Amino acid sequence: MTNLKPVDVAIIGGGWTGLLTAKEITEKTSLSVAVFERGGPRRLADYAVTMDELDYNIRLRMMQNTAEETITHRHSLKDSAVPVRQHGSFHPGTGTGGAGEHWGGASFRFLPDVFTLRTHLLQKHGAARLPEDLSIQDWAVTYDDIEPRYWKAEQMMGISGKAGNLRGQKIDGGNIFEGPRRQEYPTPPLKHSYASSMFEAAVRRLGYHPYPTPAANLSEPYKNPDGIMRGACQYCGHCQRYGCMVGAKAQPSNLLMPVLARRKNFEFRTGSWVRRIVHKDGRATGIQFTGENGEEFFQPASTVVLASFTLNNSRLLLLSKIGTPYDPNTRKGTLGRNLTHQVGTNTRVFFDKPLNAFMGAGELGSRISDFDGDIGFTGAEGEPLRLGMIALSMNGRPPIGSFGIMPQGASKSNWGSEWKKTALEWTDRSASIGLAGEHLAWRENYMDLDPAYTDKFGDPLLRFTLNWTDHEYKQREFAEQIQARIAREMGAKFDEGRRPRDRYNVINYQSTHIQGGAIMGTTPENSVVNRYLQHWDVPNLFVIGASSFPQNAGPNPTLTVLALTYWATEVMTDRYFKHPEKLI
Amino acid sequence: MKRREFLTLPAAAIGGTLLYTLAGEPMRLQAQNGTVKVPLRFFTAEEARVITAACARILPSDASGPGATEANVVIYIDRQLAGPYGRDKYRYTRGPWVESYPEHGYQGKASPSETYREGLKMLGDFASLSPDNQDAKLRSIEKSHFFQLLRQHTIEGMFCDPMHGGNAGLIGWQLVGYPGPQMSYRNEVDKHFGQPWRPKPASLEQIAGRPGKPWEDEKS
Repeated sequence: MTNLKPVDVAIIGGGWTGLLTAKEITEKTSLSVAVFERGGPRRLADYAVTMDELDYNIRLRMMQNTAEETITHRHSLKDSAVPVRQHGSFHPGTGTGGAGEHWGGASFRFLPDVFTLRTHLLQKHGAARLPEDLSIQDWAVTYDDIEPRYWKAEQMMGISGKAGNLRGQKIDGGNIFEGPRRQEYPTPPLKHSYASSMFEAAVRRLGYHPYPTPAANLSEPYKNPDGIMRGACQYCGHCQRYGCMVGAKAQPSNLLMPVLARRKNFEFRTGSWVRRIVHKDGRATGIQFTGENGEEFFQPASTVVLASFTLNNSRLLLLSKIGTPYDPNTRKGTLGRNLTHQVGTNTRVFFDKPLNAFMGAGELGSRISDFDGDIGFTGAEGEPLRLGMIALSMNGRPPIGSFGIMPQGASKSNWGSEWKKTALEWTDRSASIGLAGEHLAWRENYMDLDPAYTDKFGDPLLRFTLNWTDHEYKQREFAEQIQARIAREMGAKFDEGRRPRDRYNVINYQSTHIQGGAIMGTTPENSVVNRYLQHWDVPNLFVIGASSFPQNAGPNPTLTVLALTYWATEVMTDRYFKHPEKLI
Repeated sequence: MKRREFLTLPAAAIGGTLLYTLAGEPMRLQAQNGTVKVPLRFFTAEEARVITAACARILPSDASGPGATEANVVIYIDRQLAGPYGRDKYRYTRGPWVESYPEHGYQGKASPSETYREGLKMLGDFASLSPDNQDAKLRSIEKSHFFQLLRQHTIEGMFCDPMHGGNAGLIGWQLVGYPGPQMSYRNEVDKHFGQPWRPKPASLEQIAGRPGKPWEDEKS
């Protein structure tokens, strides 16, 4: 083990949160900051020849290598877990920028009531009507706390969208259900495609309130407050699971790295796999990591910021024995608690005319929030507690992944002459109406260390215990009814009929929105970190990311993750570094 | 040392694109008497004939257009199996190995290349069967992991960028009207509503002006 020269701040993870934390600290202080990223370096120029569906969309070349480390999954406390041997239901990134490179760019603010969810639902329904195993809790911040930080994140990325609630004034064409915004979006919405414009017209006829998806894919050239200039989205259809070849999509590699590269008090160490946070007597003393060639290092640091993906935030705390692991039987302990993913369901819609669906952008689309949160719900039988957004997105339909999409029963076989002919008939004639549904936290859904499976170093893998409950089935079935209504109004053919109440599935992609494990709260008894994302037990350790979300909120999490990063780093630079002790 | 195996294809079927798909490779195409010999990385020539025949039943060359044979799907599969994907370089392959629910996906030990070796045994003298008997044979193994891979790989080889060895002459993209990874649709995305808009397909190399780096060519 080699001891390195001490740094003031060691940051674990070189994605959106780690690099943004580094940018904020190096801007406002002269502290030495080093970021440790286990993946490799990456430059914008790398993306010029990566528009390849096979390697990027199918083989997932930008993601973490599951051969080195993955997670295990089981459906209940009674089962033993098996490893997720290949990426499926979510896609953790790696290398410079992490998942912030291959994301789609959807950039939502959460509804104000999301931040006080438990209080809100108790007031609305009463404790007796909430299921006993529900594990939701209020965030330790409110919408008003982070509204100015939402704006900072939107400006940094130049989000393209249309406001629906400007300082309380409702504006048709934007999301009229959103919380009050102080400013219009930095750039206007993206263009519509044929399919998204049909969706928009249909939901409007049904009396809903469509708005364009707020996107980090620039609709027009934009210069952000850091002076970074980016060009407009070309609608090339290679966005999610790819890096943007023109840099129109906001990515850490094009927004944060160029700024950080000029900072003298910043250091970026790729190929550095952090294995433990080292701590003594309630203080972190530094981090232990393995370098590219297998050599072991100890990096002393005055402050440690854990800013990796949700999975690794919990896993590193567990491996480092920091905090009390959650026990789902007694409901005691906090670390690993409130694992949530996302509730989704899609209704495939088929049209008579071609859609030219190879064109698109990461978040080109139209959506409604008329059923987001619990808007319009009265607590009637059949209603879920919360639902989510319903949308049609056109992000570039690739030829391999879309071949063979046809109405159910259109072909007897899924190979051979008849199938091929039918597949060709339906080529470029389908789209999908989706749900980005809120996933509530439940007692039995949590993370801990797996007793049997290990990573390439022999350290235990993170284990998910995660399954759907009746509430999620109810959410899906309710959403499918709305999707069917919209499909009919669009004049589309679609597959009717109830879908099976299947168990959680690690194979089919859902979203990379994994939350919880190191959640924020008001006391050490209900959370791992306080409202400033400072660890309750180890005051010189901050844990930043969607790991701090008490539960999933429905909309895509990145904008809120960035807003929370601004929120936490402001407190660090304003108060904490002057007196590096407990902030609460 | 293993004797190098070649797949012999009529030059006419290959068109002009296959040559560049081997750019940067130590192997060369050899045109002889209107045929080209493609060096194989994984299959023997006999195995390649069997896989070619099986892919041709999954995506046949028929009245609805060209199929897996014209696209050189077998060359695509051969390179995938010889590369990091075929060797499971990016799959978690530590035990214990236990079977689980279908929701947990493939939990088997065999890598894609090992699965093909087993699958080839199941196919036997497939290439010499009649088309009806070939279909019957494939139906009998439809549920197997091997067949599921073969079906998926056939679609991939039909519609991938030609740098991966399949989609020869962009024949798959022509079939479905996919224009390739064009740099910009900014002036088109909000037009052509309800009308098919089908620009002439181009490969990644033709568009980017320099070759891509297919993952299967990664040095291990």
